[in-house]
Formats: sequence, C-alpha cells, structure tokens
Amino acid sequence: MSRFLDLTLNGVSAGMIYAAVALSLGMIWRATRIVNFAQGGMFMVTTFIASSVIASSGSYWLGFVVALVCGFVIGAIVERVLIRPVEGGPPLNAVIVTLGLLILLQALAGMIWGGTPRSFPPAFSIRGYVVGWHHLGFSPQDLFTVVAVLAVAALLWALFQHTEAGLRLRASAFAPMVARLQGVRVGRMLTLGWALAALVGSLAGLLVAPSVFLGPNNFDPILVFGFTAAVLGGLDSPPGAVVGGLILGLCLSYVAGYAGSALVTLASLVVLIAVLMVRPSGLFTRARVRRV
Amino acid sequence: MSTRERTRAVRAAEAPAEAPPPRVLRLPQWTLPRNLSLAAAIGVALWLLSLAFTPFNDLRLATGAYYFVALAGLMVLTGLNGQISLGHGALMAVGAYTAALLIGREHWPLVPVLVAATVVAGLVGIAVGAVAARLRGPYLAGATLALAVGLPSLADRYPGAFGGENGLVVPPPTPPASLGDTFPLERWQSWIACLAALIAFVLLANLVRGRYGRSFRAVRDDEVAAQLAGLDVARMQVFAFIVSAACAGLAGGLLVVVTSLAAPGAFTLSLSLALLTGVVLGGLGSLAGAVWGAIVLVLLPTWTNDVADSLSLSGDVKANLPLALYGIFLIAVMLAAPGGIQGAVRASTAWGRRRLNGAQSAAQGKRAPSEE
Repeated sequence: MSRFLDLTLNGVSAGMIYAAVALSLGMIWRATRIVNFAQGGMFMVTTFIASSVIASSGSYWLGFVVALVCGFVIGAIVERVLIRPVEGGPPLNAVIVTLGLLILLQALAGMIWGGTPRSFPPAFSIRGYVVGWHHLGFSPQDLFTVVAVLAVAALLWALFQHTEAGLRLRASAFAPMVARLQGVRVGRMLTLGWALAALVGSLAGLLVAPSVFLGPNNFDPILVFGFTAAVLGGLDSPPGAVVGGLILGLCLSYVAGYAGSALVTLASLVVLIAVLMVRPSGLFTRARVRRV
Repeated sequence: MSTRERTRAVRAAEAPAEAPPPRVLRLPQWTLPRNLSLAAAIGVALWLLSLAFTPFNDLRLATGAYYFVALAGLMVLTGLNGQISLGHGALMAVGAYTAALLIGREHWPLVPVLVAATVVAGLVGIAVGAVAARLRGPYLAGATLALAVGLPSLADRYPGAFGGENGLVVPPPTPPASLGDTFPLERWQSWIACLAALIAFVLLANLVRGRYGRSFRAVRDDEVAAQLAGLDVARMQVFAFIVSAACAGLAGGLLVVVTSLAAPGAFTLSLSLALLTGVVLGGLGSLAGAVWGAIVLVLLPTWTNDVADSLSLSGDVKANLPLALYGIFLIAVMLAAPGGIQGAVRASTAWGRRRLNGAQSAAQGKRAPSEE
C-alpha cells in the first residue's frame, strides 16, 4: 500500500513536469499551429544558463529568475527570426525548422557547456517527508514542482481570460484576419505567445533538471512525454495539458514501479493509442465539425 | 456561360499554348515501359559507379539505396497522402528484426528474407494505418512519435528473443563464387541494395502515376471532395500506410544485409526524425525528392565531419560542429527553398527553360510565349 502511495505521489510530480511542457507546446500550437520540437532545446539552454548563474553567484533564486527571463527572450527571438518566414506555409516545413533548431541548440550547448551531464541544485530538499516511521517518496522539491506548475497554469488562465492582452492573444490565434482589422498587432501577439510559452518551458527545465541531470540530450524524453501529454489532453485545451500530464505521469509511474522501467515508453504508446481511439483529438478538445 | 462553353474554356486554358520543344532524349509515355527504361538506365549507371567505387564508397552507395527505399515509402505516405509519420524508424526496426531472425535462426536465403521483412512490416502497417486513419495533424504526429520511442523498447524487454541492447548479429551475404575470390563484399552488398531499391522504385513509380496515386492525392488535397467522388478515404489512408510500412520494412531488411546487425541503437528517435527530415529536405511529392533526401542523409554527415576535421578547434566545439552544421543546413534549406531540393531544382530548370525560350523567340523576332 505504501508503495502504491509512493508511486502515486511520484507520478503526480512527474506528471506536473509533463504538464508544464504540454502547456508550453499547446500555447505555441494555439498561436501559430506549429508543433515546436525546439522547445526541448530551448529549455535545456535556459537551464544551463541558470546553472552557470547559480554557480557564479551562489544564489538559486537569481538563477531561477534569469532562466525564466532568458526563456521569454529566446522564445520571442526564435519566433521573430526563424518561425515568421515559415508561418502559414506548408506545416511540415515549420516542423523541420524547429527540428533543425533543436539540433543546433543541442550542438551549441555541447560546445559551450560540454557533453557530460552535470548535477543541478533543487530549490528545496529532495529528502522525502516523514509520516510516522515511513519515508514518503515525496519531497519538498516535489511539492514545489506541483505548486509551481499549478500556479503558472492558473496565472496563464487568468492572463488569457481576464486581461486585455489575453483577449488580444486569443483573438490573434482564433481569427488573425479579423483581429488585424480590429487593430490588434497580430505579429506582436504571436511573438508574445511564443515568449510566454518558452517561459513556461524554461520553468519545466528548472524543475526537472535535479532529477534527470543537465546535459545537451537529457531533456529529450521530457519533450517526448510532454508532447504525448499534450496530445493526450488535447493541444487546444490548457486544462487538457494539465490533466494529460497527470494521467501520463501516473500511468508511467505505475508501469515503472510494477512492471519494470523498460516498458515505460511502450506504456506511453499504449495509453496514448487507447485514449486517441476513443477521442481522436485528445480528451479535452470539443468535437469540431471538419470544414467542407 | 453555359457548361459546354465553360468546359471548352477550361480545356483551352489547360492545353499547352504550343507544342513543347523537342528534347533529345524522350522517355516513352506509357507508364510501365517508361519507368522500366528509366530504372534500367539508372541501374546501369549505378552498376558502373559501384565498379569504380572503393569498398568504403560501395558501402555508402548501399546505405543510400536503403535510405531511398525508406524515404520513397514515406514520400508516398506524407507527400502523396498527406499523413505525417514520425515513426518510420520503428517500422524499419520491424523489417530489420524480421530479417535478422530469419537469417540468423532459420538460415533462410536472401530473397525470401527481404520479401518476409517487407510483408511483416506491411502487416504491422495495417494496424498502424488503421489507427492513423482516425487521427489528423499533430495527433497523428504524437501517436507515431510514441510508436518510434515505444516499439524499439521491446528489444530491451525481451533480450532472449531480440538480443537486448546488443541486438542480433547475422553473417553477411556471400558473393557468388562466379564473381571471383577477390570480389569485395561491400560491392555485392551495394548490388543487392541497389537492385532492391530499383525494384521498389519501379513499383512505387507505377503506383504513383496510376489510379491509386491519383486517389492518394485526392484524399490529401480534400477529404470531403474525395469522399464525394466515391473514394473510401479511410481505406486509401490505410492502404497508403501499408505501402509505406512495407517500404520501411524492406529498408530495414536491407539495413541488416548491409550492416549485419539489428540493434535498438540503430532505430532511435533520431532515425525516424532523420527520415522525415530527408523527405521534406528532398522535396515532398515526388520520388526524385526521395533520391535527393537519400543523398543528403548519406553525404551530409561525412561532409560536416570533414569540415570539422579541417578546422583546428578544441574538443567540445569540434565534437559538436557536425551537429550544429546539420541543424543550420535544415533551417537554411527550409527558409531558402520551401519546396525542398527537388522544388529548387524544378524552379531553376523552369527558369532556365524560360530564359532559353525567351532567347530563341527574341532571335526569331517574336514575342516570348507567356507562361500559363
């Protein structure tokens, strides 16, 4: 029973990280209809920057803030310089550009910081809480992960639903032409959407780095599972990203705990196919009539 | 405007303004003889190349040949039928493990092994295609991505059957004794791979130009219109996936023949992504694009390594420079040539022909024919 509890708690904290990646992928999808494979490279680079800042200044929170700001700036630059020319073109071209950027960022990180994975400090202790005589597999760092991702999801929801900037963002994504006629600077809104998404992604990097270590390729599985979670929940739905992340995190944790970690990727395939067979556009996407 | 008038107007617009300029070499217009003669010409050229090549280059030719088979299959799926697949590396793995098991354990001869690899992957393609036909866009991408990551892990889970992390090692094919004792193994491997690639080329080229090719394109361009025209959309999508998976299986079987090894390390996510990249870089929508893609996938890594070796750089920078150049190449081609290499080639030949026609007409004192 205690093993089940541990696996559940582990699944929740891992699922929250997938949810953060899924949120950022979903924001970019809604804004520009592009699946951004470079996200994995972008939050890898910001986490490396945080690592360097923490090492030189000694302050974790300074590195934390610098990483988020860098994520915001990198997201804006990438959209403006690389993605703008392929927006509205054949969708696969944009996918290949983001893949090229992912490879380029991984190579640059290898050049600057070396290929050997390094450790990354957690924000809080990673020793599990003690209940009675039992050490839970859930630490203050895990709690921080869950709270941080949920807080960011809530902030995003508030931003999109209750501010004018959010309204402009939604309008640009929903009907760019109409929004432009109403005086919305659609191009700027797309840049802002990418910047915000990259910020959320860099949060995921900071949260996951203590447990998977920091290296040019260490975040690849996180990106794959984050994308799986986004597809599971429905790319068009922010609550879907959180729920998709949770479902995937829990399933993978149970499979790893009870059936062996070799089956984790196969389990993610089975879960995804099972869900998509029932709901082909993810759990939370409203059924939409295909345009004739 | 009455219907008949409109039809006439459309016909007039579609008809070429004047007969195309006579070309020196003209391929027959019937599909099958055309493709067969093209394949024969390419085959002779490849045969002469393989004779001139060193063993190392013969091996690269063989590698390019099996990449071409996989890319051509993906081209049918993504370029003609509009379905994205990030999971073709996994389908290649199916073909490769089938071939490795049949060669290593059952000692089957080569041709049945390759046929079996194709058929087994095609059967897997039925299942994957049935799932894929329900999914669109990023959801299909996500599902096939999960396939690319998930399926190869079976090899780790069942090390008894699939050799685990080290994979299955098989003996290489032996060249027939009639070719002489000194005949290099690599050349024999390149002959096998090229012959298989040519057969796949003829079959696919016929498919692309025939009824099924047209149906695939109709489904890609507009599902509703295709359905109204009486096509079974889901069936066409599943069929495209089967063809594509069978090609991936043949490519996997050839990979085992060329490398004598089927191991999970060869079928990572990078392979699936490289295949998709090769198809888009080469130019979606034509088999010529698959040829370009195969050339890029074979030559680009060598070229980037040569560049990195020629510069005197420190360890980390040197080790990562090939990867960085690869990334830059992907971005640069997509920004400079959205139609891929084949698209750029086609645009430049069209431009050249226009220039030529313009020069001829000017010489004859006539107005250049306008492009319709």
